[in-house]
Amino acid sequence: MQEPTAGRLSFNNALIMTAFTLVFTALMAGTYLFTHEAIEKNIAEEKLLLINAILPQALYDNALLEDVLALPPTPEIGLDDGGHVWRARRQGEPVALVIEAAAPDGYAGRIDLIVAVAQDGGLLGVRVTQHHETPGLGDYIDPKKDKNKERPWISQFTNRPADLPKETWRVRKDGGEIDSVSGATISARAVTEAVGRVLAYVAQHHERLFAKEPA
Amino acid sequence: MNTRLLDIVFNGVWKNNAGLVQLLGMCPVLAISTNVVNGASLGIATAVVMASSNATAAALRNLIPYEIRIPVFILIIAALVTIIDLALNAFLHPLYLVLGIFVPLIVTNCLVLARIEAFAAKNGVISSAVDGAAMGGGLVLVLSVLGGVRELLGTGALFNGIELVIPGAHPIHLLPHDYPGFLLAILPPGAFIVLGCLVAARNWSDARKAARVRPQPIRPAAELNA
Repeated sequence: MQEPTAGRLSFNNALIMTAFTLVFTALMAGTYLFTHEAIEKNIAEEKLLLINAILPQALYDNALLEDVLALPPTPEIGLDDGGHVWRARRQGEPVALVIEAAAPDGYAGRIDLIVAVAQDGGLLGVRVTQHHETPGLGDYIDPKKDKNKERPWISQFTNRPADLPKETWRVRKDGGEIDSVSGATISARAVTEAVGRVLAYVAQHHERLFAKEPA
Repeated sequence: MNTRLLDIVFNGVWKNNAGLVQLLGMCPVLAISTNVVNGASLGIATAVVMASSNATAAALRNLIPYEIRIPVFILIIAALVTIIDLALNAFLHPLYLVLGIFVPLIVTNCLVLARIEAFAAKNGVISSAVDGAAMGGGLVLVLSVLGGVRELLGTGALFNGIELVIPGAHPIHLLPHDYPGFLLAILPPGAFIVLGCLVAARNWSDARKAARVRPQPIRPAAELNA
């Protein structure tokens, strides 16, 4: 404020600001260290819960989350930044896998999915992990938001046999076998066609994805 | 002292309501209020952050030089939001799954900073905490009503998504099942229209009261949302 002390004032304020920054950064860092382990555990549990919804636990006996294969960027199944495959085994034999994928063409951008595929190529189930579809309209692709609680839309993908014709994985409007809610076909079409691409990808890379030895 | 705290509560919840009078923090208000559950959840999370950030800023107010108060306040808010976010995630995980996506949004809410600057920087810890909680409470009220009107018009039901907060609870269908839905109410323009109606209703109620007493001086316009 006064002319002669302006430099001094700035210096003092800089010191005080630095002190505040240090104290609050230390507080945040401390909280992070203190909560880090619990958060990691919660995230793993949550992921397992989602996976359990599409891959029955009775099918496998390995530590699924630890048997993970990292995928390089794989645009054919929407993984522009790479993704993960978790491999389910029973007494060491591969029985199924859960693969991350994405539909790039949702009504509001990318829809992230996990897809469980059995060793014989059959589809076990699909879940949407992240999406931005219109609330109350296109968000029925997520069973938590689906108004039909008994038979949510996504359950159409549960337990489909292997080697169905490619045309199965289209919405009825496009000549396929998957129902969609009228007025919100784009969300359903995006997920359905992404599932079709995942099944084709898994069939094509069957040997590598279902390799015997754990990663 | 008690009447003073009551005044602060009344000021926060009604007289200077954040959503209807100050029109601060509109970005999360309009984006999240698609139903009662989301609206109330964001409101409650904001109230917790505001009560604690107001209290912290009030406790430290004599250590903070006037010239750098804004960056320090922002530092306090950001640190508290981060700490609350991490703590919720680690120890109250089911609640985090419901509120989690809203907590980082609170940093963008200029209402939090506005209350520190306008109130906590000049008042004691307890009254500042009460002010933050009351302002947050007012926001809970507006967000719940806004969300309720929007989801009722948009989907014909109330409390959509309640099962995520209270397992086993069900949404209430107030309109017949063949109600076609009114999408505009759920989309962002619906938020502006319904909020406009709420502001109008509140101003009307004030105008009616003022007509009985002498006219009040006009309040300066609130700042725009950052």
